[in-house]
Amino acid sequence: MELNYSPEEEAFRQEVRQWLADKLPKGLSDKVRGHKRLTKEDYELWHSLLRERGWLCWHWPKEHGGAAFSPVEKHIFEEEMIAAGAPRIVPFGPNMLGPVLIEFGSEEHKKHYLPKIISGEHRWCQGYSEPGAGSDLASVKTSAVRDGDHYIVNGQKTWTTLGHHADHIFCLARTDPNAAKPQEGISFLLIDMATPGVEVRPIYTLDGEHEVNEVWLTDVKVPVENLVGEENKGWTYAKFLLTYERTGIAGVAYSKQALAHLKRIAAREQQDGRPLAEDPMFAAKMAEVEIDLLAMDMFNLRVVSAAGQGKAPGPESSLLKIKGTIVRQEITDLMRRAVGPYAMPFVPEAFDEGYNEEPIGPEDAMPLARQYFNMRKLSIYGGSNEIQRNIVAKAMLGL
Amino acid sequence: MDFTLSEERRMLAETAERFLRDRYSIDVRHANADRDEGYDPKLWREMADLGLVGALLPPEAGGLGGEGEDIALVFEQVGRALVVEPFLASAILGATPLLKAGSDAQKATLEQVADGSLTLALAHGEPGGRYSLSHVATMATESEDGWRLNGAKAVVLNGDSAGCLVVSARVSGDVASEDGIGLFLIEGGAPGVSRRAYGTVEGGQAAEVTLDNVLAEPIGTPGEAFPVLEETIARGCLALAAEAVGIMEVSKDITLDYLKTRTQFGRPIGKFQVIQHRMVDLVLEIEQARSAVMLASGYLDGAREEREKLVSAAKNLAGRVGRLVAEETIQLHGGIAMTWEYSLPHYAKRLIMIDHLLGDSDHHLARFQRFSAQEAA
Ligand SMILES: Cc1cc2nc3c(=O)[nH]c(=O)nc-3n(C[C@H](O)[C@H](O)[C@H](O)COP(=O)(O)OP(=O)(O)OC[C@H]3O[C@@H](n4cnc5c(N)ncnc54)[C@H](O)[C@@H]3O)c2cc1C
Repeated sequence: MELNYSPEEEAFRQEVRQWLADKLPKGLSDKVRGHKRLTKEDYELWHSLLRERGWLCWHWPKEHGGAAFSPVEKHIFEEEMIAAGAPRIVPFGPNMLGPVLIEFGSEEHKKHYLPKIISGEHRWCQGYSEPGAGSDLASVKTSAVRDGDHYIVNGQKTWTTLGHHADHIFCLARTDPNAAKPQEGISFLLIDMATPGVEVRPIYTLDGEHEVNEVWLTDVKVPVENLVGEENKGWTYAKFLLTYERTGIAGVAYSKQALAHLKRIAAREQQDGRPLAEDPMFAAKMAEVEIDLLAMDMFNLRVVSAAGQGKAPGPESSLLKIKGTIVRQEITDLMRRAVGPYAMPFVPEAFDEGYNEEPIGPEDAMPLARQYFNMRKLSIYGGSNEIQRNIVAKAMLGL
Repeated sequence: MDFTLSEERRMLAETAERFLRDRYSIDVRHANADRDEGYDPKLWREMADLGLVGALLPPEAGGLGGEGEDIALVFEQVGRALVVEPFLASAILGATPLLKAGSDAQKATLEQVADGSLTLALAHGEPGGRYSLSHVATMATESEDGWRLNGAKAVVLNGDSAGCLVVSARVSGDVASEDGIGLFLIEGGAPGVSRRAYGTVEGGQAAEVTLDNVLAEPIGTPGEAFPVLEETIARGCLALAAEAVGIMEVSKDITLDYLKTRTQFGRPIGKFQVIQHRMVDLVLEIEQARSAVMLASGYLDGAREEREKLVSAAKNLAGRVGRLVAEETIQLHGGIAMTWEYSLPHYAKRLIMIDHLLGDSDHHLARFQRFSAQEAA
């Protein structure tokens, strides 16, 4: 066993750190750190910088233009990015569809789509969920009916994150309504959102933000060559993608950065003439979450290393997702508590770039309650934590 | 023991419930919250005409009740409908100091509070003061023309729309001392008062208030106001805990309905045993929170130690159970509860924000410990 990073890994960390110091625009990291709204242009700028360095698609093998990071390198890379205040990589193309196409796509798909994910020409979103198909994803009703060399697609997708920034959507659609099991009649389709019949409508989240959408599909003509893999085998590809999604959501690096922020707040906030960090009750809660995180960090590394390079992790990724999201949510809970009454003021315009009014209370207080509420999504999406428990009970424990 | 409500109180509860059911949909609530005042003054007058504000004040102040049970009863309804009108700010936090320590003339203004024509707000919290009861840095100095106030007040609920402000200010002693605190009455628009209004996360309204040499009228003897302040906050905590229980009940009902109708995997999700158990735990904890509110309401006008201990118990439980209910009801719904359009998340937001008002669950746990230890000694 070797618990320290090797000299090569340390050198890699330095390289990433240095690159971020040189290239990540301060305006962008200030926005991320200040929890300001990120625009489509912000994401695109960040993607373009990563692309230049060859680091946008770090899951992919080299021959497809990926960075082919080892599991430990991925971990280091993510940690450094987040610590530096980089925006997240919009995951749908690079981290979700890319690996699916590399594993299951045809040569034409790889040639056509992979370079466009890297170049930013295509911006993808994920069309899995439907109003009637959330946890029970295999019950998707969106139908794709073969008509000559096209599928005619009808249905409604929902919760489509950043669908309003996207121009392509990968969808699960039912191609065999009579299959013996619901999982057996589903296909994985790539849809150009400029096709007539695709309509995106905003859903406003509990904090008033526009992050998710409904995507309505009415008689959308999709060329048959946009089918990934085999017809009616889409469920296999869909599940493959979900394991990637899951490990991303565990978000150990996010938690580390958030914990550091929490500690700064607690050291600054005063309670009865002493820093809140010295309040035995609050300090104990912070220490507990720090211990959880310390262990999770190791747990995460164990799981990704065991999976090996370029492979999707197994059902342990469900354990990671559950614990990772609990820890992230716990930290956001402590952060909003830490600022006391100043968690309450909320001025929506303050999240826009260029808002210059004096902050109400401590400068970093206003985003905290909103973030706490927004992060409730972590235990819902990517397969809810209840569904992850079902997976573990069945796949790992044989119950 | 007898847990039934008196006839008057039963009627009060029914009146409030009926009015809010008929007139205060969630859409009305959002529209009221969006107004400049942060609520609808016309509707507020109507609520007052029905006696809902007067129920929070005793007969000598133009009210009809004012006991712990009345507060618990009205605020449970306030919670159920997510009311944004200034019940807490005006009829509890602003009115209690006048009621307990005011001159006859000051007490007389409470009639206007009861009929809704005057709203009050309590400007006590300060930047850096967190939830401390005795942290008062705002200074009160006596000059020949009367008392003058200087300082800054934080997150004053309904502070911008209030006609008058009740302000805590220090006459003597150091910043955290219980001795030397005074309470003063000023007009909201008095010279030297500046108010910066803003919305709060869950749809309320508050203000940062700066006082620059503001001429003020003392409430009671300046320097001896701590006990009044403590009692005021106690009444506020009871009100908030009762409001929380109302919100919990509605959150539970909305969730139960959803669990019975939402189907996944071919059956209502409420059929999954793991979900059933979690709902049962919620119901159990809500009963606990309700019981703590009943206890605190029964001892609100009793001896200080008993009152403070039980009020802190109720507020601590409201915070703990509130968080559980908010998080679990969102989780058990799934994605739908993350949307603005759905009612549940607005209840969840208010539940969580109640824990940021007048002391969070940690603050009241520490207070409870103190009073409980004194009792043992
Ligand atoms: C902010 C956000 C962004 C999202 N982004 C996307 C996206 O980009 N693309 C996309 O396709 N989807 C997206 N989703 C959808 C997400 O994947 C679903 O919300 C999730 O799968 C849960 O489905 P549901 O919301 O319909 O809840 P439901 O499936 O209705 O679940 C409701 C509750 O029942 C529980 N439950 C269900 N079945 C069981 C069971 N068998 N045993 C025990 N408990 C059970 C759930 O855990 C949950 O607590 C997003 C969701 C959110 C909130």
